[in-house]
Amino acid sequence: MRRFYAILVAAGLVYMLFMFLGTIVPYGKADVADRVSAHFLAKDVNSISPTKWVEGDKQVPHSERVYGRKGFEDGSANVVTSIVVNYRSFDTLGEVTVLFASAVGVGLILGGTRRMKYGRKPNFILRVSTGILLPLIILFGIYIFVHGHLTPGGGFPGGTIIAAAVLLLYLSNEEFSLNMIVSKSLEGSMGSLYVIFGLIGLAAGGAFLFNFLPNGVVGSLFSAGVVPLVYMTIGLKVGSELSGVVAEIHEEREG
Amino acid sequence: MVYIISIILVGIGVYGLMTQKNLFKHLISLSIIDTAVNIFIVATGYVNGGKAPIYTKNFPSFAIGRFVDPLPQALVLTAIVIGVGTLAVGASLLVRVKEKHSSIDVENMKGVGE
Amino acid sequence: MSALIWLAGGIMIAAAIFAVEARKILDAVIAMSALSLVSVFLFIAMRAPDVAITEASVGAGLVTAVLLVTLFRMRGGDDK
Repeated sequence: MRRFYAILVAAGLVYMLFMFLGTIVPYGKADVADRVSAHFLAKDVNSISPTKWVEGDKQVPHSERVYGRKGFEDGSANVVTSIVVNYRSFDTLGEVTVLFASAVGVGLILGGTRRMKYGRKPNFILRVSTGILLPLIILFGIYIFVHGHLTPGGGFPGGTIIAAAVLLLYLSNEEFSLNMIVSKSLEGSMGSLYVIFGLIGLAAGGAFLFNFLPNGVVGSLFSAGVVPLVYMTIGLKVGSELSGVVAEIHEEREG
Repeated sequence: MVYIISIILVGIGVYGLMTQKNLFKHLISLSIIDTAVNIFIVATGYVNGGKAPIYTKNFPSFAIGRFVDPLPQALVLTAIVIGVGTLAVGASLLVRVKEKHSSIDVENMKGVGE
Repeated sequence: MSALIWLAGGIMIAAAIFAVEARKILDAVIAMSALSLVSVFLFIAMRAPDVAITEASVGAGLVTAVLLVTLFRMRGGDDK
């Protein structure tokens, strides 16, 4: 009986959502020139003239903005990165704060003094291959968040990959436990550094989290001003936070 | 097309929330809804024949209508990482529930609703 | 491409139904991990590589690990 009503309610919800599907753009027909993203793609949100783009006609607004040139408002080649840590950077600061709050919550709920044992010896392959793979995994995570403004990726996946390396250490060694003082102090200093970048921007450019460094050539490693630095702090912060979560779910209270 | 898939996934998640009595299954259903909503948000920005919004050597110019909408992707990118944080809080609450009530099944919990 | 997207959607719906209805919690967690992994393909098909790499490392890696470790702490949970 309960299942029948559940199916009824779920089917009703799905039907209602299908009805609302008519009010949004059909799949694949989104007109980017009509949206606010047009300005992000032009890498110029301060100019007010909303130029309409015509497909095929190639009516590019303001100036020709291409890979390998300089002089843009924001110099990162990856547009998603330039939204996340430049145009909507204050939003990202809030998100990182939410992540910090959830890590503190896990620590408060599960915090303990003793490391939980799995009760079995890790096998030979896991123990040996961890020593070989661990530096590569950490190197890959660092590569991802250093190159966040050029290639897909960035601070969030890079930090998660570093946390996965810590998880591998926990799985392969019964005695290992993360030094929480190092992790927490790294996390706190990186969070403060993010706010300090914002305050320097406020002093230099008159806006919180202003991009105060020169932008450089789009597509080169040293470009996009403050974006790689901020993404590095985000990467280290997310990495130490999620490593802290992985460490805390392995902790037990005494007795 | 992707809209239909994500809506059906939301329906399955709601069905799971309503029928299951195990709290762990509730967490899994919420995670399914999370994934489905992320897919839906990214799908609203897709353009037929569009390219990934990254300037590269092979795609240097800014021919418009060719990039997909990057704003929904930026929103979802952070939402996924927030999702794992909230899921970890939920899972750690379940550990404490299991210790206190000796079960995570809502019908077998001791000291609840008696 | 369209057929591939339908195939991925079918796998995801099947994995979701199995994750909701499975007898053992361990099976449900693995099915949810599979769902996340297939959704990576959908993100790539929608030209969102940033989201895809994040979902691959978070959804299929860390979420599964967190859920499995808490399940181990609960000594297998309560099978349904």
